[in-house]
Amino acid sequence: MRNILSILTVVIAIIALWYVGSFFMNRAWVMDQAARAGETPSLMQQIEGTMTQDRAKLPAPHQVAQELWKGTVEKKVTSKRSLVYHGYITFQSTMAGFALGIFAGVALAVLIVVSRVADLALMPWAIISQTIPVVALAPMIVVLSNAVGFESLIVPKALIAAYLSFFPVLVSMIAGLRSPDGMQLDLLRTYGASQSQVFWKLRLPASLPYFFASLKIAVAASLVGAIVGELPTGAIAGLGARMLIGSQFGQPMIMWSALFAAAILAALLIWLVTGIEALAARMMGGRRA
Amino acid sequence: MKQLSARFERIAWPLGFGIAVLILWQVMVRAFNIPPAILPAPTEIGAAIARSTHILWIDWVQTAVKGAITGLIMGAIAGVAAAIAIDRVDFLRRGLLPVANFVAALPIVGVAPIMVMWFGFDWHSKAAVVVIMVFFPMLVNTLAGLAATDRMQRDLMQTYSASHLQTLTKLRLPAAMPFIFNGLKIATTLALIGAIVAEYFGSPTRGMGFRISTEVGRLGIDMVWAEIAVSALTGTALYALVALIERGVTFWHPSQRRRR
Repeated sequence: MRNILSILTVVIAIIALWYVGSFFMNRAWVMDQAARAGETPSLMQQIEGTMTQDRAKLPAPHQVAQELWKGTVEKKVTSKRSLVYHGYITFQSTMAGFALGIFAGVALAVLIVVSRVADLALMPWAIISQTIPVVALAPMIVVLSNAVGFESLIVPKALIAAYLSFFPVLVSMIAGLRSPDGMQLDLLRTYGASQSQVFWKLRLPASLPYFFASLKIAVAASLVGAIVGELPTGAIAGLGARMLIGSQFGQPMIMWSALFAAAILAALLIWLVTGIEALAARMMGGRRA
Repeated sequence: MKQLSARFERIAWPLGFGIAVLILWQVMVRAFNIPPAILPAPTEIGAAIARSTHILWIDWVQTAVKGAITGLIMGAIAGVAAAIAIDRVDFLRRGLLPVANFVAALPIVGVAPIMVMWFGFDWHSKAAVVVIMVFFPMLVNTLAGLAATDRMQRDLMQTYSASHLQTLTKLRLPAAMPFIFNGLKIATTLALIGAIVAEYFGSPTRGMGFRISTEVGRLGIDMVWAEIAVSALTGTALYALVALIERGVTFWHPSQRRRR
């Protein structure tokens, strides 16, 4: 309860600071307009002027909220200006990339845990792959997947999302598959269990809490990948494309609403994954990891 | 002797794998006659690097040094400083930590167009994007690190009648270092991404992101791969640098002790 109170206070403080910020950042424009008209605006006029600009440097919170409301509820979902439509496009590639990333991460982790050579040869490259800025690679992924014959943009976007999301899964799965300790392994050995039995009956179940813990990070990374993937690829639909369009046409409201739509989408995805995690933990009868 | 061969293996296997991939790439491009406009061979990329070192250098200074590294340093310092300040006030810590944790998971790259609008096309806007992207992971990790000391250790400092500042510099900050470096490692990779992404929203006629997007348009794909190679090297070198400093600073931590 005390925590909720402090969180609320912080959030309210941030919104208040935001209002103050938009007043000062948008004030120059208001003063400029007034000077041209030969007027000296009162403080009230200044405040009103800074809170209602269409092309504000920093739109006030209620303006962004309005724009979000307009883009989600008032527009038809199929409309090209609906944020739900663009969010869905991004969501699709996020999910495709997420699935691909989970698959690649788990497969690589199994390979690395089973084979020492794979561990030595692949693990450094997995780390290096994450230090390479994926945005630089993105245009090439588009060109290549086009050349291979994928017309739709979802393939390269999903690949970029998978590139970012496989790593957290990989790291957690390796830790999870290696988590059984000597006692447990010895017990299975006294049962005369084979290597594959040890894997299926001990290592894999032991890794599940680690797996679910990594999904939250992976889904957030996947969304970043999907949005970043829309920037250099010439996409016209999707939240990243919306930001690009807003930037090119000098429409700050489009950028802000796309940014907050992306934040809301991220929150929804993380909430969903947390729910799945809790459900899986309960079904396995385990404690919270 | 055994140690030596283990060390050799640790270098030889990944190196061998990398070389094998490059050779396979070269052979595939030659065997299937893949046009250079789609996928140039590694040798052609090497030639492009050798041909245009001057352009690559200008782009590298613009994006990596002015954009990414400046932003990284400012954002990291701001994040750690904010964490130390917040940590003093219990109310703020309880309220801000969940919010910061939440923000750290959001796609912050989205602020790039806004920063370009505020700070213009040159490197200032790129550094601003990097500062914001880096700030939250640093804040969250430092806060977690400052909470990493246990009751006994803090009690000991109290029996020494250490002041808040002394406890901070002699106990809690050193104890937080593994967490701070963890945040820094995340931050280095984010920094390059942020600096390059911001260039897609507008840049002067230099910079790695700018070069990549224009060369794709001109089908100068070998040049794009050259930029990718430079950015990959930069990212890896930055990460390695952080890891190296970490080893020096947190030599006492179990994860840094030499394996026997």
